[in-house]
Amino acid sequence: MTSFGPVNPEPNEPVFHAAFEPRVLANVLATGALGLWSGDASRFARESLPPPFYYTRSYYEIWLAALEKILAEKHLVSEDEIAASRPLHDLQDLPIKVFHGEKVAPALARGWPSDRPANNQPRFAVGHRVRIKNINPPTHTRLPRYTRGKTGIVEKIRGHFVFPDTNAHGAGEEPQWCYNVRFSARELWGEDADPKISVSIDAFEPYLEGA
Amino acid sequence: MTPLEVPDKLVFMHEDHAETVRDIAGEPRPHHAGHDHHHGSELSEVELRVRALETVLVQKGLVDPAALDAIVETYEVKVGPRNGAHVVAHAWSDPGFKARLLEDGAKAIRELGYGGRGGEHIAVVENTAGVHNLVVCTLCSCYPWPVLGLPPVWYKSAPYRSRAVIDPRGVLAEFGVELPEETEIRVWDSTSEMRYLVLPMRPAGTEGWSEERLASLVTRDSMIGTGLPLNPEKLQ
Repeated sequence: MTSFGPVNPEPNEPVFHAAFEPRVLANVLATGALGLWSGDASRFARESLPPPFYYTRSYYEIWLAALEKILAEKHLVSEDEIAASRPLHDLQDLPIKVFHGEKVAPALARGWPSDRPANNQPRFAVGHRVRIKNINPPTHTRLPRYTRGKTGIVEKIRGHFVFPDTNAHGAGEEPQWCYNVRFSARELWGEDADPKISVSIDAFEPYLEGA
Repeated sequence: MTPLEVPDKLVFMHEDHAETVRDIAGEPRPHHAGHDHHHGSELSEVELRVRALETVLVQKGLVDPAALDAIVETYEVKVGPRNGAHVVAHAWSDPGFKARLLEDGAKAIRELGYGGRGGEHIAVVENTAGVHNLVVCTLCSCYPWPVLGLPPVWYKSAPYRSRAVIDPRGVLAEFGVELPEETEIRVWDSTSEMRYLVLPMRPAGTEGWSEERLASLVTRDSMIGTGLPLNPEKLQ
């Protein structure tokens, strides 16, 4: 699916459209800061919601549904507790380090960098032609479907980063080299495409093979 | 027989709408999210659910209410596109900073005191007479929070995410941006933790302007690539 219709930007759009939205944002960030699951896991929880829900609900409703899913999976909050609006089950013995109010400003200002030291060299160099592997995992990946099997040029070596494909599923950070790869529009969309357009992605080394 | 009703666009189920609290350049204003602007009716199901979830999380000691309030305040009031406008205006005024910005975006942005969550790794891409840059996250909504705040609904929605990579000229036309045919368009799909910020071209007729005045020309959309800076002649 390559086109979902007009963008229809809202002029002078407010940051939030409803009172619940900032609460969802805050609860997602605060529970994420517990360190019990990664941002990659949160992304997978959202993108794996049923399509009829994903395509018709607002952004923060998607965030809410995904958070509920994760909290249930981790046995932290269950559906019956949400329905009752109060705790019904004890928490297991987990290392809970609550994100305290006074920690928020410095933590948000520092962020959670995902670069990691490397003990190997990048396989590809700037200028290398690379082809995106045709892989279609049912699990999390940051390889966009429209680039599969396509050939591009490495324009930058971005660095060595936590690998989302494994990290999303608790299979370890397994950091990989990450490359900025540029494709011509014609390579992606065919000979009728505008020759003046290119698309670049940031691709992890496991997505690439030499071309 | 009644015809099938075929919607021609996806309609997102927004709940009761809050008042508009941003000016044309995207400057955030204090927004009283706690006050319900619904028109006298019961709270929506989603609102009730969020409150219930938060109650359980707080009572189980999983979240600190003070942290929730601090997070909301950060993104409603403290962090927004004014940060990015400052970065751009500084780059326009200081060639050394501009060079550092293009070399390592997050590091240079930190010189101005901005950084952190959602922007730990930033690449800045420069518009020139021959090249126009456009940023998207086709896979979700990755966006440089520390310099632009939270992304707008259109950026996170299926139409933009799907069309920016295949029909950037069509998308730009929807935003009222018409570029010459000879202009190269570079689309950047934010597929890793690297976030992107567009450095727009400095408008002509701004020689000698202070950084503060320059910053007032820099719109949020010009830093995503779906807009251009304001024309100095049109600014009051």
